Amino acid sequence: MNYTINKANLEVFSETLQSLAEQDSDIYVVTSDSRGSGKLVPYGQRFPEQIVEIGIAEQNLVGIAAGIASMGKKAFAVSPACFLTARALEQIKNDVCYSDNPVKLIGISAGVSYGALGSTHHSLHDYAVLRAINNITIVSPSDNFETEQTIRQAAEMTSPVYIRFGKKNMPDSLSGEAGRDFKIGKGRIIKEGKDLTFIATGEAVLPCAKAAEVLEKEHGISCTVVSMHTIKPLDSTLILNIAANGKPIITVEEHSVNGGLGEAVASLLFQNGSRNPFKIVGLPDDHTVSGSQVEIFEHYGISEKGLTNTVLTLTKS
Amino acid sequence: MEIKALQEKSKLYRRNILKYIYNAKAGHTGGSLSVIDILNVLYNRIMNVSPENFDSNLRDRYVQSKGHCVEALYVVLADKGFFPEEDLLTLCKYQSPYIGHPTKKIRGIEQNTGGLGHGLSICCGNALMAKKDKSPVRVFTILGDGEMAEGSNWEAFMFAAHYKLDNLCAILDYNKLQITAPNAEVMGLEPLDKKLEAFGWAVRQIDGNDIEALTQTLESLPFEQGKPSFVIAHTTKGKGISYMENVLKWHHGVPTAEQYEMALTELN
Repeated sequence: MNYTINKANLEVFSETLQSLAEQDSDIYVVTSDSRGSGKLVPYGQRFPEQIVEIGIAEQNLVGIAAGIASMGKKAFAVSPACFLTARALEQIKNDVCYSDNPVKLIGISAGVSYGALGSTHHSLHDYAVLRAINNITIVSPSDNFETEQTIRQAAEMTSPVYIRFGKKNMPDSLSGEAGRDFKIGKGRIIKEGKDLTFIATGEAVLPCAKAAEVLEKEHGISCTVVSMHTIKPLDSTLILNIAANGKPIITVEEHSVNGGLGEAVASLLFQNGSRNPFKIVGLPDDHTVSGSQVEIFEHYGISEKGLTNTVLTLTKS
Repeated sequence: MEIKALQEKSKLYRRNILKYIYNAKAGHTGGSLSVIDILNVLYNRIMNVSPENFDSNLRDRYVQSKGHCVEALYVVLADKGFFPEEDLLTLCKYQSPYIGHPTKKIRGIEQNTGGLGHGLSICCGNALMAKKDKSPVRVFTILGDGEMAEGSNWEAFMFAAHYKLDNLCAILDYNKLQITAPNAEVMGLEPLDKKLEAFGWAVRQIDGNDIEALTQTLESLPFEQGKPSFVIAHTTKGKGISYMENVLKWHHGVPTAEQYEMALTELN
């Protein structure tokens, strides 16, 4: 695969918003003392009239964003994913989803991006809780290209959407120059193979791409890698098409193994009669080990080495 | 609408609240009777909102934060012509859109509410955008006294003052009783005027079941330039029906046939 590590998706998010706001005075960014961590300082300097500071008050952040959206504006509510999707969950459920106010909820520094700051700052529950709420799309872009496309498409959405970003520098485009098509709700095959498939999302796609290369070069195992950037609605057509070959499927996510992408895919496969060998890789239902994001990923096998081993074990048995 | 006519409307609304709650065998009777005079004055005298302008961005916005007293809102909206009043015979029935909390499925309702401590934040977003757009839109909410314990309200109180939202008016239906006991026992609010003033709001206290006082007060908005306005409307839970007034069980009590007849006699 041909890609270079470029910027953090969050930076691309901020740049994209600036480019949108140049043309569109209806764009509003709403922050909870989070413009620094959201890489939004340049946006705030350029568009001071189109940024609303709430202070550290996430419930109010989401309620106000709903009120802004209901006045016909394009409200991007930006806050660390851990606080946004837990403390303000009732506002997301009632004021955004149930009231159908098309807020764009941006969960920043998601998953274990905050590393050693610990579980108060991790969001390993967000896919699970939001999947169970009606009327919300969930997107987790894997690279800079998907990030820009997600933000541009989300700006035009007329229903609620949650978009999740980490902090780490990500590839410009995992699919290289080829396959530059993106649509929220449609998974992307970024590498085709024939022996098994990784279905991953967000910053967990990159280690799958790396493992796929090692598996091909060193073990002669050819892997398909899918960026399932949209977790809800799930691209069931793509997944069932892939499953039709009966080969193993491994899902990989920076989220609890409970209620995330893996269980969504498992449910789809099982209810459609697919019985492919199947494995969910994510964070176990346990106190998360301390360390940086990279270390935590390594610890739980969300890494080139860990995923390679998982594949070797799965294909041996 | 003139004061006399408004007072007649309140009688009609109280009869209708009881009629539809009695028919549904469900509803928040006491609070709907305490809040109805406020809604009456807002919709018939103060706010620029009607079935004709409801699709216009320039309509005033009303969000009912104390969503459980939806029966009062339904009877006012029906009277304003947002929907046929007889629809309310389906209140809380299987597959009826007229559920026990405000829902946007009903024309005239701005937001789905019911969870407490949500309305004011949404109104803050509305009011800030109206300011940004230099629009004449004014934004109103009615809060319940029980929900004043929700922390989200106090987040919104800070925000509204910080952004000088003088196009926003919050009205407290202060009937002093919540589902368990008097507020003073459950979680005291006093000294409420001082708290809200300290949070940067312009505060007035009135008799919230007095049409004339409500009219005068709400016609003098904003109370202070550059500050959001708060009306502490002292009301009586179950107002207008002697055996319901200030009696806890009427929070969501439903009258028997005999009690219903007695109530109608009192209102006539």
